[in-house]
Amino acid sequence: MSLDVPSSARPSAGGASAPIVEVRNISQIYPGGVEALNNISLTFPEGELTSLLGPSGCGKTTLLKIIAGLLKPTAGEVLVKGRPVTGPGPERSFVFQDFALMPWATVIRNAAFGLELRGVARSEREAVAEKYVAEVGLKGFERKYPHELSGGMRQRVGLARALAVNADIVMMDEPFSAVDEQTRRQFQEDLLRLVATERKTFLFVTHSIEEAVYVSNRIVLLSRRPSRVSEIIDVNLPRDSDPDGIRRHPDYLDTVERIWQTLKHYLD
Amino acid sequence: MEIKGYRIPAMASLLLWAVLWEIVGRLGLTILIPPLSTTLGRLVEIVGTDGFWDAMSITLRTFLWGSFIAILVGVPVGILMGRSVILDRMLLPWVNTFISAPLSALVPVIMALFGFGETTIVLTVVLFAIWIIILDARAGAHAISPSLVEMARVYGASSWQAFTKIFVWSALPEILTGIRLGLLRAVKGVIIGQLLVSVVGFGRLFEIYSSNFLMEHMWALLIVLFGLAFAIDLVFGLIERRVDYFASSRS
Amino acid sequence: MPPTAEGLRHASVPAPAPSLAISLKEWAQHPLTLRILSIVIAVAAWEYAGRLPVSPSFPTFSDTFLAFVGMLADGSLPAAFAVTLAPLAIGVAISALIGVAIGVAMGLNEKVEWLGVPVFIVLQAAPLAALIPVLVLAYGIGVTTKVSVVCIMAMPVIVLNSFKAVRHTPHSLLDMGRSFMGNRRQLIGKIILPSATPVIFAGLRLGTAAGFVGAVLAELLVTPTGIGDIITYNQSIAEYPKMYAAIAAVIIVSVLFIELLGFVEQRFLRPEKRGS
Repeated sequence: MSLDVPSSARPSAGGASAPIVEVRNISQIYPGGVEALNNISLTFPEGELTSLLGPSGCGKTTLLKIIAGLLKPTAGEVLVKGRPVTGPGPERSFVFQDFALMPWATVIRNAAFGLELRGVARSEREAVAEKYVAEVGLKGFERKYPHELSGGMRQRVGLARALAVNADIVMMDEPFSAVDEQTRRQFQEDLLRLVATERKTFLFVTHSIEEAVYVSNRIVLLSRRPSRVSEIIDVNLPRDSDPDGIRRHPDYLDTVERIWQTLKHYLD
Repeated sequence: MEIKGYRIPAMASLLLWAVLWEIVGRLGLTILIPPLSTTLGRLVEIVGTDGFWDAMSITLRTFLWGSFIAILVGVPVGILMGRSVILDRMLLPWVNTFISAPLSALVPVIMALFGFGETTIVLTVVLFAIWIIILDARAGAHAISPSLVEMARVYGASSWQAFTKIFVWSALPEILTGIRLGLLRAVKGVIIGQLLVSVVGFGRLFEIYSSNFLMEHMWALLIVLFGLAFAIDLVFGLIERRVDYFASSRS
Repeated sequence: MPPTAEGLRHASVPAPAPSLAISLKEWAQHPLTLRILSIVIAVAAWEYAGRLPVSPSFPTFSDTFLAFVGMLADGSLPAAFAVTLAPLAIGVAISALIGVAIGVAMGLNEKVEWLGVPVFIVLQAAPLAALIPVLVLAYGIGVTTKVSVVCIMAMPVIVLNSFKAVRHTPHSLLDMGRSFMGNRRQLIGKIILPSATPVIFAGLRLGTAAGFVGAVLAELLVTPTGIGDIITYNQSIAEYPKMYAAIAAVIIVSVLFIELLGFVEQRFLRPEKRGS
């Protein structure tokens, strides 16, 4: 089956930036015959935050991990900056749903871990990590251990770690799903601020429609397993001013409703 | 595991070990290890003898009696402990003490009190098996859903009825685990008991073989004993799995 | 970071007046009371049984206690333990080094696992004490044999725990390491081994406890030199109070020993190493 994207939803050539990630005909079939992804092709424009949104179990995390180089697809290829993906790379970093912090290491060591694996000297990498730990709002917590932190704080460490390696592409796998609603909203606001200041491309997986519309420049809707790209939606919301105002903006509400209607099909 | 794409089953490595055993034995590398083939030959020899079957029947008799008593006493005690806080606080320290203590040190006491016969062995088996049975039965009791208990009261069940018709069944998965582990400890108990008493059963056989330097015979016995233990573990593991199905739906 | 709601909680609700009287019932059901009560009952039963007497070879608690204190005071009991526990120390040291190495190797390498797992499945259910006569026949009744008895008791559980510890490294931590391009050596050294440490230490604790059982078995089935000597010698001359005192000492030392191991494991491993 081939790509099925209505032309009205595709970004116009003039408005969007050049693709930094190209997914070409990716299929993923697990041993046992479960077909997670079915011939997916799409692109991710540089410098924007693109969300992968879809019902539970539709393979969006699988796709993200394939792009990250953590999974090998059954068929197809992924190009990052024009070069095919064979495994993880320095230009990509990942934020995990369950935080993936080392419980025996301090906040600062966890945040610096990506740099530690690259062989960066300790004082240098801790200096860099310190900067990002402060930027995610955890200044003063450098010497604490993960078990002393709340879930929201732990994920901030994960975020700091992903930013510290200065990757071009930051992939986030349902990063806010394991924290409470209040913290989650705070995170979404902080993410907007981060996207504005850091010149990076963000790939974001979520199952929350509102979250996707709130943070994304672009939303890729995936169908139920075996997933295909169902629709691509550009989100044009004024994000420079009041973060609370976004949720009352008519375009926000319309987009959320529209996506909900599309996804409702899959629940029937 | 895979070699060049061919799946090799896990237990196949036992074959490799068997070959290794044979080679080490043939080379005479250490007096400890005779060749597997001659050992198996002895095994066939021994199984035909009266001495072996005498030992086997004593072992089985004492093992079964001891296990029976341990289960008969241990399961109810464990369940009662699980349901009564007072009883639990009084008995649990003892159970925890004896469950990992070197129980073999107590066998001389049993020998001093009950002599060098089968009674001592049976009591040794009970001693070894009972603690884990109690502990797991207690865990099973903790897993009994409070609403089942209330249901029993509402429908007028007497204590005895509640105990036999509901509690024991509800706690069954853990009880079976405890019995399986208890039986394995009972095997250890029946062997240690016989080795210490040394004039009955396999203990006597080991003594005879040992004083005649019959290493191969001893290894043959070991294969029998290890095989029995393994079989018990396997059979009870299967039984446990059959009962497991309702374990998760208890609450 | 969002402000917490903590500060809002100290509103003007008056705290209830503290009650000083603990009811008698609570006191009677207190764990410590009941534990002491059960010990008292056991001691009383022992004393009674000894006075009956249940058997000519059953001493009273008081006689046994006196014998215990006596042997403690004249140093024969501690000396005996030192002799008995020497093979334990050596055996556990050897088992720890070799056992952890094998277990970790099995966890890291599929081929080593294939070789090892069936062996350990068989050994798990096996009555290892049955190997003692074989060891005695091969190696005599010296310290070597005793050390090997400790080893056969301690190694299986150490290997199995080390193997499990490595195997159960959380997948997301491994993914995380790979996402930052860690190589195999880095993943093992910085993620797998630190993550496995708590369970490996639990295995060492269990292995030491099993080794202790092995050391006592060695006394009884190989040759009595330390505490086994006190037990068997006094049994042969019908000095039952001393015999029972030695046995009770073994049980008590085993309990204390295991508590100590648990304590060391808690102190040595900082809580942050536990789980995630």
